[in-house]
Amino acid sequence: MTKRYGEKVAVDDLSFSVAPGIVTGFLGPNGAGKSTTMRLILGLDAPSSGTVMVNGCSYRELSAPLHEIGAMLEAHAIHTGRSAYNHLLALAQTHGIPRGRVEEVIELVGLREVARKRVGSFSLGMGQRLGVAAALLGDPATVILDEPANGLDPEGIHWIRNLLKRLAAEGRTVFLSSHLMSEMAQTADHLIVIGRGRLIADTSVAEFVRRASSDVNVRVRSPQAPELREELQRRKAEVASIEESLLEVSGLTGEQIGEIALQARIVISELTPRQASLEEAFMSLTGESVEYRAGEGNELPETESVWLAVRAPPRHCPPPPRRAAARLPAR
Amino acid sequence: MLRSEWTKLWSLRSTRWSLLFAVVAMAGLGVLIAAVSMGRWSHLSPHDRATFDSIDRSLGGYHLAQLAIGVLGVLVISGEYSTGMIRPSLMAVPRRLPVLWAKITVFASVTFVSMLASAFVAFFVAQAILTEHHVNVTLSHPHALRTLFGAVLFMTVTGILCVALGTIIRSTAGAIATFAGLLFVLPGITDILPSDISDSINPYLPSNAGTSIAKAVPDPHTLSPWGGFALYCGYTIVLVAIAAYALVRRDA
Repeated sequence: MTKRYGEKVAVDDLSFSVAPGIVTGFLGPNGAGKSTTMRLILGLDAPSSGTVMVNGCSYRELSAPLHEIGAMLEAHAIHTGRSAYNHLLALAQTHGIPRGRVEEVIELVGLREVARKRVGSFSLGMGQRLGVAAALLGDPATVILDEPANGLDPEGIHWIRNLLKRLAAEGRTVFLSSHLMSEMAQTADHLIVIGRGRLIADTSVAEFVRRASSDVNVRVRSPQAPELREELQRRKAEVASIEESLLEVSGLTGEQIGEIALQARIVISELTPRQASLEEAFMSLTGESVEYRAGEGNELPETESVWLAVRAPPRHCPPPPRRAAARLPAR
Repeated sequence: MLRSEWTKLWSLRSTRWSLLFAVVAMAGLGVLIAAVSMGRWSHLSPHDRATFDSIDRSLGGYHLAQLAIGVLGVLVISGEYSTGMIRPSLMAVPRRLPVLWAKITVFASVTFVSMLASAFVAFFVAQAILTEHHVNVTLSHPHALRTLFGAVLFMTVTGILCVALGTIIRSTAGAIATFAGLLFVLPGITDILPSDISDSINPYLPSNAGTSIAKAVPDPHTLSPWGGFALYCGYTIVLVAIAAYALVRRDA
């Protein structure tokens, strides 16, 4: 599908599926289209063309969406004059969810003591917890959270991480966005990485980490650096001189470099394998698609197409509105 | 759905204060005017005494109460847009229109019931005060009940109109300014037009059309009570239709 803002055209089909039972991270630099994609999934924004299906239905056709998808977009999108309890109660009443469940989710996110206080007085972290409570209200099979760790203290981050893992272990589909790779590496099992609305990577976290770790170089310090450099280059290694006596070598392991130096009778005073951090790996992956970089025009994401594969069996949906059906080409 | 909007309405302080203001204005202003009139009765000119309208005096509170009702009507939805609450609301009800219908139903009912009660209090207390100089009337007066219900219906429809304005404009300040412009500023502008033009426009202004039902003795320059009220309802229906279209079509 396409989402156009004004006349900007940028992005081609973005297509991925999110599996139940694991935590899937949705990763991308600021402005990559993460929130837009989530808003399209949740029927808040209408795609300029194309469709988003949730459990085989358009979100707008769902009669009881809170039982299927629980979502938190901006945590602070809550009327500040209302208490946490009344906010959740008002949402619950649209689905006939009993008050007992409201109490339950308040307890679950640890807001019992402040449940009757006005949301306006909440800290960022308390707002996040309330947002999570709202997402879980309908006991949904799918949970979508936009930057859930934002504004949480270390204890809160630990809490949300465990909560998300527990939800996934219960067989739910858990889909959360973040722009922090390190955060994702500790929470998610699978990664969807996008930039400018395009899919960059769809991979397991383990695979991503493995790929990132293969990008290793070794720093070697030696009083005989020029000689060592020649020896190494003869073995097809890439060598760069950082200082007079310091080389950066890629294509060889530290062990191999040690052997080579011994055979050539070259003294080595330092040998340090350096691994690219996950953040670095993420940045090199998304580097070309960073949205808001100095000196570049800000283009907004355009086309994104998304299927959420969830555990519910396909079912009968009400027919889509005629207008939309007439406009959309068959996939 | 209705329960949810009921919870939303009453869980805000602004609702309670605005409604309290409207109730006090509706019930109190007429009583105050009646009391002042009785106190100054001996100073009134014979003409004033002869044209003294006991019904209008007792129910004059709607002039003030409509302001609070209008502002609250706007806030019912613009408050959701300004805080972002509209997104959780629409995520829970992705068909969207039920949200608008529920808001209108709940707010119109609350306005009707609270204003009807206040209007009866204003009428009976004011008439009791007016007995001092024997200018009081009873509900059996030919225009009394129509005027009383007329003032309440005018405020109820004003509330609905403002929910529609809030939905269309989304910003609280913008919607309230539009509401004030339509009901309070427009008559002032037509007043300074050449009289042949203003005379032909005036009866059809929302304010004049809407309040014709709330006047005991119809103004010869305005539409008939029910005719004017029907036109006011027509304006409101058009705005509600635009609001419904905008709510469904626009990105939240």
